[in-house]
Amino acid sequence: MDLAFTREEEAFRAEARAWLTAHVPSEPLPSLETAEGFAAHRAWEAELAADRWSVVDWPTEYGGRDAGLVRWLLFEEEYYAAGAPGRVNQNGVSLLAPTLFDHGTREQRARVLPSMAGGEVVWAQAWSEPEAGSDLASLRSKAVRTAGGWRLSGQKTWSSRAAFADRAFGLFRSDPDAPKPHQGLTYLMFDLRAPGVTVRPTARLDGKPAFAELFLDEVFVPDEDVIGEPGQGWRIAMSTAGNERGLKLRSPGRFLAAADRLHRLWEAQGSPAWAGDRVADALIGARAYRLFTFAAASRVLDGAALGPESSLNKVFWSEYDIALTETALDLLGAQGELADTDWSERYVFSLAGPIYAGTNEIQRDIIAERLLGLPKGRR
Amino acid sequence: MRFLVDAEQRAFGASLDAMLTAADTPAVIRDWSRGDHVRGRAVWARVAEAGVFALAVPEAYEGMGLRPVELALAFVELGRHAVPGPLVETVAAAALLAGLDDQGPAKRWLPALASGESAATLTTGPYALDADMAGLRLTISPSLSGPAAATPTELRLAPPPGPPLPSLDPARRLFPADPHRGELLATDPKSLTSALLLARLTTAAQALGVGLALLDRTVSYVGQRTQFGTPIGSFQAVKHRLADAKVALEFARPLLLGAALTMAPEDVAAAKVTACEAAYTTARTALQLHGAIGYTAEYDLSLWLTKARALRTAWGGPDECRAAVLSGGRRC
Ligand SMILES: Cc1cc2nc3c(=O)[nH]c(=O)nc-3n(C[C@H](O)[C@H](O)[C@H](O)COP(=O)(O)OP(=O)(O)OC[C@H]3O[C@@H](n4cnc5c(N)ncnc54)[C@H](O)[C@@H]3O)c2cc1C
Repeated sequence: MDLAFTREEEAFRAEARAWLTAHVPSEPLPSLETAEGFAAHRAWEAELAADRWSVVDWPTEYGGRDAGLVRWLLFEEEYYAAGAPGRVNQNGVSLLAPTLFDHGTREQRARVLPSMAGGEVVWAQAWSEPEAGSDLASLRSKAVRTAGGWRLSGQKTWSSRAAFADRAFGLFRSDPDAPKPHQGLTYLMFDLRAPGVTVRPTARLDGKPAFAELFLDEVFVPDEDVIGEPGQGWRIAMSTAGNERGLKLRSPGRFLAAADRLHRLWEAQGSPAWAGDRVADALIGARAYRLFTFAAASRVLDGAALGPESSLNKVFWSEYDIALTETALDLLGAQGELADTDWSERYVFSLAGPIYAGTNEIQRDIIAERLLGLPKGRR
Repeated sequence: MRFLVDAEQRAFGASLDAMLTAADTPAVIRDWSRGDHVRGRAVWARVAEAGVFALAVPEAYEGMGLRPVELALAFVELGRHAVPGPLVETVAAAALLAGLDDQGPAKRWLPALASGESAATLTTGPYALDADMAGLRLTISPSLSGPAAATPTELRLAPPPGPPLPSLDPARRLFPADPHRGELLATDPKSLTSALLLARLTTAAQALGVGLALLDRTVSYVGQRTQFGTPIGSFQAVKHRLADAKVALEFARPLLLGAALTMAPEDVAAAKVTACEAAYTTARTALQLHGAIGYTAEYDLSLWLTKARALRTAWGGPDECRAAVLSGGRRC
């Protein structure tokens, strides 16, 4: 067991650091959740991609560096330590891309991945519906067979970044007569600007349009945009959701950088004793998350699947993130009331952590039933 | 980077676990709490035979050299089985003696500590753990004279103890210690810092083991106990508390192993506070979910419950550890 990186890994880290030092914008970009900020972040993705830093762990043929898990983790540490912008294409990169690597066709990969890597096409996740949140399998939006493809109808909701995104991926009920709700679902990609699609932005707590509702009225999707077999949508979507929840959605680098900033904020405020424990816990939590992730990555590199362990991870980082940002706002005092600061933006975003990517209540059920072996309750 | 316990290390932990399961530690602990050390000494001998104490003793003194990762893994198992005795104190004393300028005490004591023939107790505070059964009793003190900051530390061999004081964890028998009496072994021993770090690390490991045992026992209890016609473990309020305990313990584990690898003071402190807090909240959860039976001394759960509380403050409480993290050289 060790924590040492190889010379090649350290060289990779140094190369990433040098590139980031030269390229990270000196002023923070405007909020991702505004039209102007979205455009600026998209341009940043293109800049990253031009030098192959946008998706370092992908194969080179799709714009990556074939860097593997460990180097991806090192890249993320450098990325956030450098104060680089948030990633506008996280949904596509952490959910759609792995699904296509596992279940997509060659043609789909060649068509979808390079433009995703460059930020030309930003993807939204269209899973939730007004009546299908935690109980996602109860979804009702339909996909009906038609010549050469499918027609989609229904309503999706809470689709992050859909206000400004280009395309979306989601589950639709293609066989209304299937005996169980998880059956008869088809996983499809569609264009947010196609005829029949209406995007209605939804304001989050601070008023910014961070997500949107999608109204679909007979939207045509060609066969080549079906992911995997029709009717197998649930299995396909879930095979990557759990895995990605575990490792790729939140890298430790992000929390290491945030804890470091919090520590400096505390010192700059004169190291007030009342916040000492909370700042120490933020430093410890970032370290715990980093080491936990290294252990998980080591297992994955040995060929193990992450499985339900990713639920431990989800509960941990989402609650950690809130505790950290709350501490920062408390330290800022009156300043902490201002919107549009780095910390307030981060705080508002952190509040959603226990809700999205599977609520923490659902994750706790998974931990209790699948990791601890407790009896299934009513659901 | 391969941050995973390897097969040999896993086998070492598993064999200790099997040996301690067979040793029926609850009965041993109850004897120990009454001051009857016969069965406890037999367990001690087997722990030594498995090589645990030798992991803190240099090869020159019949040990295996200092191996913090293996020690951490071993102490998780010792905690899991709530093995009583000055376990932490013995490995810390070994590290302390091994680093003294004068090799006399090391020659005199280390082979016996490594082989399990002798146990050691060591204290920097007012009470010494299990001083009646330890063959080697060490105290560390600032001397009475001189301004506090400049006072040299004295390492002494303590005289035989008086009677123990009643303790919240009956298995941790506490004896009043006087750091100014007994034979002076060293002044300002430079190995003190690393010995205290090792004490802190192994206490963290022991606490993690205590927490894991509490979680295991509670999971199996709530799977069997039925109320309202269904196992209480199917109620979400019950499940979620146990899920939270699992999250807390599983994030303490990498901190512990990471600290054993680096032995940096801030890393060891982070592991200590996290493992102890996780074990302590798990203890609270375990007690609550057992209902009244959990509140009785007769039921074995109590053996772990009281230890979780005691370990929280042993060798550096939460405040002290968090302060060490904040003043650590590294940022995260
Ligand atoms: C910022 C943000 C971004 C999002 N982005 C996207 C996106 O891009 N695409 C997308 O498809 N969705 C997105 N979502 C939606 C998200 O996936 C859902 O909010 C989530 O699945 C929960 O569904 P719900 O909001 O309908 O809550 P509900 O399912 O109605 O749950 C409400 C409360 O009840 C609890 N609850 C429900 N069932 C149980 C149960 N069995 N046991 C215990 N408690 C239960 C929940 O845990 C929660 O606390 C986003 C949400 C947020 C907040």
